[in-house]
Amino acid sequence: MAVVEASSKKPKTTKSRHAATVAEEKLATKLLAPTMLVLIIVIGYPILAGIYQSFFTQSQGVDESGFVVEGDQFAGLENYTAIFSGDVGDRFWNAFYVTTFFTVVCIVIETVIGVAMALIMNKALRARGIIRASILVPWAIPTVVSALLWRWIFDANGIANSLIGQQILWSTDGWQAKVAVIVADTWKTAPFIGLLTLAGLQIIPEDIYEAARIDGASALQQFRQITLPLVKPALLIAILFRMLDTLRMFDLPFVLVGPGKPSVETLSILAWFENFNSRFGPAAAYAVILFFYVMIAAYAFVKLLGADVIGEAREQTGPKKRRGLMARVRGADS
Amino acid sequence: MKRTSLAVGAFTAAAALVLSACGGDSSDEGSSGETSAAALEGTGPITLVQGKDVSGFIQEILDEWNADHPDEEARLIELPESADAQRQQMIQNAQAQSDAYDVLVVDNVWTAEFAANRYIDELPQDEFPMDEFLEPVINSAKYLDKLYAVPNSSDGGMLYYRTDLLEAAGIDAPPTTWAEMIDDCEKINATPEGEGIPCYAGQFEKYEGLTVNFSEAVNSAGGVVTDDSGTPNVNTPEAKEGLDFLVNGFTEGYIPKEAITYKEEEGRRAFQEGRLIFHRQWPYQYNLANADDGSSEVAGKFEVAPLPGLNGPGVSSLGGHALGISSYSKNKASALEFIKFYTSKENSQKYLELASQAPVYTSIYDDPELQKEFPYLPVLKESILTAVPRPKVVRYGDATLAIQDAAYGALTGSLTSEEALAQLQTKLEELTAGQ
Repeated sequence: MAVVEASSKKPKTTKSRHAATVAEEKLATKLLAPTMLVLIIVIGYPILAGIYQSFFTQSQGVDESGFVVEGDQFAGLENYTAIFSGDVGDRFWNAFYVTTFFTVVCIVIETVIGVAMALIMNKALRARGIIRASILVPWAIPTVVSALLWRWIFDANGIANSLIGQQILWSTDGWQAKVAVIVADTWKTAPFIGLLTLAGLQIIPEDIYEAARIDGASALQQFRQITLPLVKPALLIAILFRMLDTLRMFDLPFVLVGPGKPSVETLSILAWFENFNSRFGPAAAYAVILFFYVMIAAYAFVKLLGADVIGEAREQTGPKKRRGLMARVRGADS
Repeated sequence: MKRTSLAVGAFTAAAALVLSACGGDSSDEGSSGETSAAALEGTGPITLVQGKDVSGFIQEILDEWNADHPDEEARLIELPESADAQRQQMIQNAQAQSDAYDVLVVDNVWTAEFAANRYIDELPQDEFPMDEFLEPVINSAKYLDKLYAVPNSSDGGMLYYRTDLLEAAGIDAPPTTWAEMIDDCEKINATPEGEGIPCYAGQFEKYEGLTVNFSEAVNSAGGVVTDDSGTPNVNTPEAKEGLDFLVNGFTEGYIPKEAITYKEEEGRRAFQEGRLIFHRQWPYQYNLANADDGSSEVAGKFEVAPLPGLNGPGVSSLGGHALGISSYSKNKASALEFIKFYTSKENSQKYLELASQAPVYTSIYDDPELQKEFPYLPVLKESILTAVPRPKVVRYGDATLAIQDAAYGALTGSLTSEEALAQLQTKLEELTAGQ
């Protein structure tokens, strides 16, 4: 960001500036090329290969001598149409609903708790390091491990049941399994939102609050009119990341509750199940559908709420935006 | 060791991804494996691929082999502990046509799938002592009467029961039928020692263990899941009586509610903490529950008996592993020799003594010395001899899920027994239609 400001300060003649830009662009292209190549190999190719694979099926039948007929057959859109019809369709829509439900509920809860954590971490003067570290511990634990921890907690004779004083069988199919997954997911990832929000909070200059206090703004007004708008870019990125993550949720319900339970069966688990039974075409089709779902959700999110998250972050440090915000703060006070 | 296995696993997984992604154009390569049994050629170093070796005993056997075969060194590749993960990595290895795996330790329910997909090669029957194995055990390693793997361990369910509680209630023999068992529980619950202790549990969580327990209940009531020719026939009054034994357990309370979350280990904890009178479990629990280091509260207070059934002794499902040769191995002759060595009677006995694994040779069960050391051997032999293999279905992954869907639905009350069995029959018919 400093670079942006610095370069805009130097007035040059249009011509030399143009030449410099071209040279810079060339250098930038060269410097970025290796990264781009790696991205194409590790991201571009698998996506295309996955889409390609989703147009083929693997035979499940056996020939007269008892062997599975080998090889892939081109199936066109059959894998996709099969997903939306009959029993398979019911299973798909259930998984679709479960995935969406987890995403919405988890993110709402995590955002509220995460922002609260960030405010505490930002304000804590004493033992700041310890508080921050302890809030971040859950985030540092691998999901599978935390899923195992929570499975013990939610065991029929576990801590959760002894705390509430009755025996709820959390890992059985039903609403209780959903609750278990949401609790474990919140525990694990609210700190992530907290961390990114904290970064956003720390770039808010103290003088804005000072001005607001002088103008007699209450704590709530300060939070709503200063903190939230200024932390919004960072918070939106955090929520976007969480959304992408939660939409492809797999390990937590798989380990905590177990596969084959419709109440926590996400789209990723469905794709895994097809793959597990050597039906790579249908598995790829599920993965492609999930891919597009995630893409559309992310696009809608960016369009509806944040516009261009990266652009806004950059703009926000510019003098114009700052003035605008100060004006808004004052306007709110009057 | 661990690091290599991880690296190999990661590599094959990556390779499998790439290959499966572009598998569309390699369709007619598979026919090379068609000329069966004959072509086990090539000598050289080999790998033994199996789940995590918790006993630490396998390396010992490998060292022994390696001392005699310096040019055909055998190396252990450990896969994750979970059977599902093992199966998946083996399939990925085959999809990638990799020669990283030579000898695969195959769970007996995968035999049909692996054989039909040509992941493993047919083995020459005349080179193994076919008559010396327990019959159901060797049969579980065959697909369409051809041998595809050689058993190295077996497993059968047994009824663990609390001798002290039975004695206190004046019962002198373990029950042989379900009705007797429920009756015994009522008597035991009436005594001060046995007050409030739940009666019975098995493995009822929705996973492979539920398939085992459901099949056992159906078979023990005289029904079948699939008949001898592999045709599903589960929507019968007999099967319903079997399923009802489990369903009624939950509604009438002779199976504790929390047993719906039990896998092997949850059940073992309950039994060892004295929270069960009768428990359907594999042999591995015997030594653990008898440990006198304080980890078990029932050490010395239990015995085993054959599983009870509807009108007499029940029927166990068959567990166990066998060694097969990966179709993409380069050193199949060495692999074959290694399998002969590894599955010898000597090693089977060592496997029992050092790792408490159920042996596969009849004579080991009948050895009086060993019976003294492992008092459960006669019961286990009986259990395995009368055991019924789980359905031999090429699409086993789908079949077992269909069974679990039906059984879990009935046990949790979201389906009636009739609905569950009718639904299961339809599903299994679909799955075996092409077979």
